Amino acid sequence: MTIQQTSLILCAAAVLSACGGKDSDPEMATFEVAVTNLTAAQPLSPMTLAVASPDWSLFELAEPASVALEQIAESGDNSALLAELEGNAQVMESISGTGIVMPGMTATFEISVPESDLDQASLSAVTMLVNTNDALTAVRGVALDAIELGGSVHQSMAAYDAGTESNNELAATIPGPAAGGEGFNAERDDSDRILVHPGVVGVLGGRADSVLDEEHRFDNPVAGIVITRIE
Amino acid sequence: MKTLHKTLVAALLSGTASMSQAAEFDVAITNVTAGVFFTPLLVSAHSDAQSMFMAGAAASAELQAMAEGGDISGLATALSGAGAVNAENPAGGLLAPGTTTEVTLNTDNASNNMYLSIVAMMLPTNDGFVALNQWKIPSEPGVYQVALNAYDAGTEANDEVLGSGAPGEAGFPAPPPVAATTGTNGTGIDASVEGYVHIHRGVTGDADAEGGHSDIDLSHRWLNPVAKVVVTVK
Repeated sequence: MTIQQTSLILCAAAVLSACGGKDSDPEMATFEVAVTNLTAAQPLSPMTLAVASPDWSLFELAEPASVALEQIAESGDNSALLAELEGNAQVMESISGTGIVMPGMTATFEISVPESDLDQASLSAVTMLVNTNDALTAVRGVALDAIELGGSVHQSMAAYDAGTESNNELAATIPGPAAGGEGFNAERDDSDRILVHPGVVGVLGGRADSVLDEEHRFDNPVAGIVITRIE
Repeated sequence: MKTLHKTLVAALLSGTASMSQAAEFDVAITNVTAGVFFTPLLVSAHSDAQSMFMAGAAASAELQAMAEGGDISGLATALSGAGAVNAENPAGGLLAPGTTTEVTLNTDNASNNMYLSIVAMMLPTNDGFVALNQWKIPSEPGVYQVALNAYDAGTEANDEVLGSGAPGEAGFPAPPPVAATTGTNGTGIDASVEGYVHIHRGVTGDADAEGGHSDIDLSHRWLNPVAKVVVTVK
């Protein structure tokens, strides 16, 4: 709502003729977004992308995760978050990936934003590291108006612990292919704060009942994102 | 093109060669790990058409030789053959934990060499390497700092067993002084070749010098970043 009002005021003040007849076909800024999985053995759940006002935040470090975010972190299911994004006036666009992003693979998306809204457009993205209890990786609020046509922004993506499920690394609690265990569980038996992930321990690290191997360990960044303005 | 010509003419008339934006710059590389050694570094200023690797893609044979055995000759030849300006082995051997090496690169005669890349194998690892990949050298004079991460070339299984530095042969090499802390008779880790360059997950190591699962001592573990680079554009 605020965004529309701002652009109307800008139009009235400066370029009335260019705005009037073009409501149905505004000048669009188009970006290609490429996310690469940089881990050895952590598939990423289908990505969720959101273009939103800088006032909106996917999550805050050291604060509890929303239930929608918990569902992604524990099971990779982004349907609840997508529904929330679509009903949120601060969110201009939301996109879901169509499949798992395997280690070493890149998922590519295209997003378009009306040029008149660019100064209020920031990109966030989130996905689960599926061979974990509740690890996420994300970027939060990358300003799109700073990217010139043909230019790009690279960001490293760190692993976060949603804090909603104990990192017990048991086969019964990890949904990825390493275990095939349970996904979402509404119980919160961990810190209930989103923090930087402490990493996978595994059997070699001293957790004898862990289902995770040495290869499931990771260091940051676990993914890289490149946002390129193509139009 | 017209603008370039004008600039060049103006530069020639005034007697200064200012066409190249970052003609000369210093690169200081610090190994910020607690216990990892870097093999001879390759520092290269090159064009945007060149890169030593792409994360997510398979390593070239030249990158594999560097990552498994510290041999930078293949990468250096490929880059210089395409017009890059290289500095090879500025530290004159291994770069020990906590130490710094410096080099000055001059790209006066190759003004499109506006990208900086740096690589070196990390010891002791099977195929781990430190890298700066296609970093755009700022045209504005100043001091710029970059943190470098550890990559896994994805060409050799991370078995953590003492072995060979030759490409395609298992195990990690242990020249002095790494040999002094290297264990023997480790049973090894049942790891597989990943097949693509990615962020290194780190080594596990163990405290058993005569056995255990790993010949890597615990003192050689790390977390990112593993190097600090300071670029001074003059």
